[in-house]
Amino acid sequence: MAAEASSPAAPAAGTSGGRRDGLWLLIIWIGLSIIACLLVALVWGPHMPPGAQSESAASQQKDITVLAVIATPVIIGVLLYFGWAIAFWRQKPGDETDAAPVHGNTKLQTTWITLTSAIVLSLAVYGTYELIAPAGAGAGEGPQPIWKPAGTVAQTSFNCQSPTAAPTWKPGTSNILQVQVIGQQWAWTYRYPQFGCFETTELVLPVGVPVQFNVTSLDVIHSFWPYQLGVKADANPGVNNVAYTTPQHVGQFTVRCDELCGIWHGAMFDYGKVLSDSDFMSWAQSTQTSLASVTKILPPYALTYDPTVLAKVGKVNEDLGLTSAGGGYYNPADPEQP
Amino acid sequence: MAIETQPESAQAPGGREPGGTPKERTWWLRPAFHTALIGAFIGYAFGHWLGNYMTPSFVATGGGAPDTNDEAIVLGYAFLVLGWLIGLGVFNDLVRQMLGKPLNGNGQHANGGLAKYFRYSLDHKTVGVQYLIGMLVYFFTGGLLAMAIRTELLSPSQHVISASTYIQVVGAHGTMMMMMMTSVIVGPLGNYLVPLMIGSKRVAFPRIEALSFWLTPCAYVILLSSFPLGGFPTGWTGYAPLSVQAGAGMNAYAFAFGLMGISMVLAGFNLVCTIICYRAPGMRWSRLPMFVWAMLTDCFLFVLAAPVLVGGMYMIITDRTAQTAFFVDQLGGSSYLYQDLFWFFGHPEVYLLALPGFGIVSEIIPVFTRKPLFGYKVAAAGMFGVAILSFFVWQHHLFDSGMDPDMRPLFMLTTELISIPTGFIYLVAMGTFWKAKLRLTAPMLFAMGMYVNFLFGGISGVFLSDVPADTTAHGSFFVMAHFHYTIMGGLIFAFFGGLYYWLPKIMGITLNQRLAKWHFWTMFIAFNSTFMPLFAVGMMGQPRRVFEYARNLQTLNDWVSISAFCLGASLLIFVFNFVMSTVVWRERAPENPWQSRGLEWQVSSPPPADNFTHIPVVLSGPYEYGVPNALPVADLNPPAGVIGGALAGAAVTASAGSEA
Amino acid sequence: MSLPARVTTLVIAFLAVVAGGIFFALQYVGAQPPVEDYTSAASNGQVNVTLMTTPETTISDRPDWVSYFIKNPSSGQFVHTTYFKVPANTQVNITILGYDGCTPLRNPIWGHVTGTFTQTGQKNAEDVQIFDGKALSAVTPMSTMDSWADCSVQHTFAIPGLGLNVPVASPPTEKENNALCALGPCVGATADEGNAPHSVVTFSFRTPKNGGTFRWQCFVPCGGGYVDGNGGPMATLGYMMGQMEVQA
Repeated sequence: MAAEASSPAAPAAGTSGGRRDGLWLLIIWIGLSIIACLLVALVWGPHMPPGAQSESAASQQKDITVLAVIATPVIIGVLLYFGWAIAFWRQKPGDETDAAPVHGNTKLQTTWITLTSAIVLSLAVYGTYELIAPAGAGAGEGPQPIWKPAGTVAQTSFNCQSPTAAPTWKPGTSNILQVQVIGQQWAWTYRYPQFGCFETTELVLPVGVPVQFNVTSLDVIHSFWPYQLGVKADANPGVNNVAYTTPQHVGQFTVRCDELCGIWHGAMFDYGKVLSDSDFMSWAQSTQTSLASVTKILPPYALTYDPTVLAKVGKVNEDLGLTSAGGGYYNPADPEQP
Repeated sequence: MAIETQPESAQAPGGREPGGTPKERTWWLRPAFHTALIGAFIGYAFGHWLGNYMTPSFVATGGGAPDTNDEAIVLGYAFLVLGWLIGLGVFNDLVRQMLGKPLNGNGQHANGGLAKYFRYSLDHKTVGVQYLIGMLVYFFTGGLLAMAIRTELLSPSQHVISASTYIQVVGAHGTMMMMMMTSVIVGPLGNYLVPLMIGSKRVAFPRIEALSFWLTPCAYVILLSSFPLGGFPTGWTGYAPLSVQAGAGMNAYAFAFGLMGISMVLAGFNLVCTIICYRAPGMRWSRLPMFVWAMLTDCFLFVLAAPVLVGGMYMIITDRTAQTAFFVDQLGGSSYLYQDLFWFFGHPEVYLLALPGFGIVSEIIPVFTRKPLFGYKVAAAGMFGVAILSFFVWQHHLFDSGMDPDMRPLFMLTTELISIPTGFIYLVAMGTFWKAKLRLTAPMLFAMGMYVNFLFGGISGVFLSDVPADTTAHGSFFVMAHFHYTIMGGLIFAFFGGLYYWLPKIMGITLNQRLAKWHFWTMFIAFNSTFMPLFAVGMMGQPRRVFEYARNLQTLNDWVSISAFCLGASLLIFVFNFVMSTVVWRERAPENPWQSRGLEWQVSSPPPADNFTHIPVVLSGPYEYGVPNALPVADLNPPAGVIGGALAGAAVTASAGSEA
Repeated sequence: MSLPARVTTLVIAFLAVVAGGIFFALQYVGAQPPVEDYTSAASNGQVNVTLMTTPETTISDRPDWVSYFIKNPSSGQFVHTTYFKVPANTQVNITILGYDGCTPLRNPIWGHVTGTFTQTGQKNAEDVQIFDGKALSAVTPMSTMDSWADCSVQHTFAIPGLGLNVPVASPPTEKENNALCALGPCVGATADEGNAPHSVVTFSFRTPKNGGTFRWQCFVPCGGGYVDGNGGPMATLGYMMGQMEVQA
């Protein structure tokens, strides 16, 4: 990178004679970079955020480590160069002359451009690989996801007529566990369509199986961020945002809202759990039973919800004109909206 | 091309009446700041009344409270701006022209000392100083708000500020900075220096330039008026539908930001035309100072990106007032529409902030290394590359939003690509530093600080462009640290460097150099101490804009808050230095204290009213340090009537120009 | 200007800026509604807190907004605030006088009571009585209310940090909903004041051992006129959301 810069045109007035700046810089840079890269990769790498509690988190950890290893020589190079300049290339007091003029060096410029382009393009390729391989790297893919966990199928219809019906998911099949994440101002709720479509305020997941999050919002934009699982998917009203991950370790994780959604955005967090498969099944089945009466009053399971238009309300509500949970955005005196 | 070769006054467009000086009225009867204030008050009152009159059935949403009718507030702001401009006398010459009366050039010929800074002045140097004072005020207001944020973040559970006030302060801080700092360099330094650097006596559109400044105090006051209205809960990004749901303070945000967008378009448009059309003979593109290249590319971004912002803000206002539903999903709109509109502006906006920083440091380092700028063409190409590519990367703000997933590798690629032209700046810097003779003056220290800070900012940007890494980092303090490093560490450090460098030229007085160096060191250390830990804080899971965070992050947050207070204190050193030097000490500066070859340094400090007695003929580039037998940068007294000859002569002496 | 004149102007300007900053900080940034302190009202490990919901807030500068009120433990007056303080590790018995009418919930799950127990020891339930303008009904424990099928929920009192969610019952008939209290707070003896149709909801929960500040909010879209009903009073401290400070 910091190759010798031959001064082309003007006579070499003031080239520092004996010290081979270029060579020394190169040697020190390579030496420091090797040490630092090893430290980053081997010492810091295993502790790199976001940890390895899930497959997407682990792949992100690897990806961030690779980026850090590539960034390290760049940072060291630039800082070393500037430090060297301050140390050795200062104007001596009393010297009013200018330095030897160098307008450019085509070879150096071409090398720099080629090298930086190569690094950047390979990072783009690597990043794309790390995005595709672990089923979308935990990022929200929108309503039509294209990178899904291999060997899984997503169930599309659910029987929620009877809240106590038998669950339609169990570990070890190719049917992917679906968890709907509903963001509302200012709490998260989670719906499990394969377990009678019950809805809870606690997120519980089984270990070692792929999970599909269907993230949506009831009002403004939120963002579902279970940090240790390496998943982030914005919750948009009227949109189903799908993200995948596979939890790998039992334990607790934090779920935070990552998109400013109003005054309590900072307080919109809760804690989730990854349990063993059998513990998860017993939790799910017991919750399905205990919340059966609540599931009856929930709207049918759908990928998005629009509470502004309520399909069916009771007679008293109809008589009172309460056919919407929309807040009456339009002034009641205004004519009907389309 | 409009080159004036006679030394006529450039400040009285349209000329004076032959054979007479107009009679000047007393100062309080001429349009100035005080009449503008009166106009603003009258305008707001009228607009407010009009809004209430137009929407008599409003009552429901405001809870019956006075002054929460969005229509009244927005129309109030609109007429406030109109009244302000009328009171300032912006339309006086226009009306005179329409009525066929002679113009009086807004009384430019009376050099009323400080009074001219309170008027609608058509002299680009006056506008530059007005911008400077304005930008410093806006910057420090935003900074105080930042101090409030860090005070609240000292503890995750004890709350100094209530949750609603906290979110208002966060939004006001971000918006004040991002709104106002777009013009922090283009306004003061761009407007002031570009004509001097290209050898022109004036800018292309002095009225538009002055108008772009006078809209900024309106935007500032309108933004601050959000506090009494309950503030806005969306942060500076104003995401719908929260912005449609929000209370009356949201109108202040949308209107102020839209107003600044208009100001940006005007300022950019003027400078682009000036740079293209008003260059002196011999000032060919290969001799243009790098600062002017930065202004040119930057102002293209102003002109092309800011209108999209105005459109987005306008749609928020109509959603809130006229009950359109552009962004409300349940009523047929789309929350994605706003995100795309905003970030289509928002991404060029951040390069808008970065490019002037690049321009200033590239301008400063040849002077203080006593070497030509290494790779002149590469530097200019880098700026163009950044400007053009900046329009193709905006979706990287939306990687996790549920956008079309197969667009993400494309935007990852374009965002990674934009780091290549950004890297050219470092190639140029490192080449210029090679075996140089560094003079570590205050401007040079700030320039080097900028390079170090922007390095961290830029590298963290590469992390964010990578979609898997972005899954963890998006919306967290990592992003915060990234953009504070690039914007504050890059732009603001460059701004201070430029200020210390050019203030002797602008005001003819020198700032105390020892205080300047104290300012640099305390600011650099405090800045890095404040923002470096935030990379870790973000990666460990703390989102942006929150007032409650995980307990294990409290130590880091406290370290950051204490450092932020130190950073504020370091800026007080600057304020002290600036105020005392300009008001009390007033130490006269030598004409060219930095021994710079720049064309702007070849005239007196401060420059004469018309910049140059005669339009100079440029003979060589401004970075020819150490070149033996280099021609002087320009001939300031070309023999009369020799423009054609000078152009021919310039062609002959082309070989001595800076061709990189 | 001469040097002394310049210095004087400078000093005055500096003091003005500092004064402005302090004013702004105290007025806006540091302001907070009053906190109703129940810590001294506790006895036998229990403390009784009384809240009220009203359809209007006639005493405030936003008279059309719905609001919560909290009863001051010493004076017995209902104060327009949503901040209260209770001791740690204590059983808090809350009584909510609900004077507002019903609104459908955006997410019906918030019609399900969690995190509480009633006086009779029933978990995840609340005790409800309805005053229809003439008489108070019998105490009925309820654990789930369907706000879409019935006119049953007016607001909720939820402390997400404690897993607590309590839908405040509403007078269920059309006649009662058209005869609601026209004031805020609803005190007094006439038919459109304290004797307007309302619900009396009681429930209890235990505060944690360590202190802390817990936010509480309503989940009913009662911000009329705002998109999704979550703006306005729903997004303003002192109306439909507040803070419970637990003092260790």
